[in-house]
Amino acid sequence: MTELENINPNVYKKCEDRKVTKDDENEDVVDPFDEREIFDLIRNINDPEHPLTLEELHVLEQSLITVDNEKNTIKILFTPTIPHCSMATLIGLSIRVKLLRALPPRFKVSVEINPGTHASEQAVNKQLSDKERVAAALENTHLMEVINQCISSPLK
Amino acid sequence: MGKLGVLQALTGHDGRVWSASWHPDGAALASCGEDKTIRIWTRSSNEWVAQTVLAEGHSRTIRDVAWSFCGQYLASASFDTTVAIWDKKSGEFECNATLEGHDNEVKSVTWSRNGNLLATCSRDKSVWVWEIHNYLDQEDEYECVAVLNAHTQDVKKVCWHPHRDMLASASYDNSIRLYKQDAIDNEWGPCGLLDSHTSTAWSISFDGTGKRLASCSEDTTVKIWQEFDPDNEHDIACPDGVPVWKCVCTLSGAHSHSVYDVDWCKKTGLLATACRDNMIRIFKEVRPDSGVSPLREPTFELVATGYTHTQDVNKVSWNPAAAGMLLSAGDDGTIVIWQYEDDD
Repeated sequence: MTELENINPNVYKKCEDRKVTKDDENEDVVDPFDEREIFDLIRNINDPEHPLTLEELHVLEQSLITVDNEKNTIKILFTPTIPHCSMATLIGLSIRVKLLRALPPRFKVSVEINPGTHASEQAVNKQLSDKERVAAALENTHLMEVINQCISSPLK
Repeated sequence: MGKLGVLQALTGHDGRVWSASWHPDGAALASCGEDKTIRIWTRSSNEWVAQTVLAEGHSRTIRDVAWSFCGQYLASASFDTTVAIWDKKSGEFECNATLEGHDNEVKSVTWSRNGNLLATCSRDKSVWVWEIHNYLDQEDEYECVAVLNAHTQDVKKVCWHPHRDMLASASYDNSIRLYKQDAIDNEWGPCGLLDSHTSTAWSISFDGTGKRLASCSEDTTVKIWQEFDPDNEHDIACPDGVPVWKCVCTLSGAHSHSVYDVDWCKKTGLLATACRDNMIRIFKEVRPDSGVSPLREPTFELVATGYTHTQDVNKVSWNPAAAGMLLSAGDDGTIVIWQYEDDD
């Protein structure tokens, strides 16, 4: 990394752990995916340039995740820390890859920039939604190393 | 309405199947995908079986496969930036030519009707036209005769006209372009811009007459384009004295997600689409009310849907010999053979 784009990002508090209810432990109760569960899968993705998680930088927020179990769709809006962030595509790709690996394939996942928070919002969204270009990117060994680093949980 | 039934689901590929192509005699098909293999399926006692698996040709995803019209050659386009040409001259399928030159992933490959031209397109924004020189006792030669840079983004699909040496391409820049060879200097150049989609144009298919083209897009619509000659009776202006293509119909509302492929059956006139919502859809042209020109305002209705794939459908293709037989291929790793029958 040569120079940090955003030198002093705002850092926010992490949310509490999910409270496990009795129904969660009961194997006979169907518990469909909810926003909190999706959030838990991606909140600890590391920022590409700071030793902080996407949750701590408010790039990801549970309120910007929509899950429709019946239609098998999940929509995630993420907020780049600055409007000219050149890492936006990489961050979006990391979120996609994490969910690709963690979720059953029935889900159609869309990852988009929170409207109005990035200068090239449309171009980044189009690239992230193009599954052919995403597939080609995932065959790029160098890029995958970077993404895997972002996805791996931070050292406690 | 019509009936769309499943004849067989073909499994064997490891991971996503990107494309599949019928042999021109309709009795075999080739498929390809992210497992970097090509499978050639033939029918024995009513079952489609993968007779041959070609695994040595490419080092990355194989995005597209296409048979030549003579049925002797198979071309495969790969993310590894190359196109491989396979033939059976030795008795077994072998890769006897590799076409190199694209800077980035090759997305699509197509043979011209006469079999003397091949076109490829790539993430590098270009479309290449190759001339084929066949020799009886020597290796075939493939010579690049044009690099067409009309698109400003990733080119997704190339498709030859069914009779003429005219080429169409669809791109991430939302547009479709047409190309032909100049009659005077023999140089290839653009001869049409079809601009109406609001997102990536994924695929294109001519109808049997070659006067119409269907396109499908990330914007969830399918569009029908009509060629108007300079002396047309519809007052469509052709400023340069050359035919113009106009969008005469937009099928919107039928698809809930991106439409990845469209195929216009040369035998039956039926349109099939492959959609990100896992569905196959069949559309049929409706005979117009009197007073409405089918040329200027054609109407299509949804006559059947097929719901067997469990993930995105990437490819649909009508069997060129058996009317109503359709194949589809998807992210779920399967190829499905369907039979469509009209109800009336």
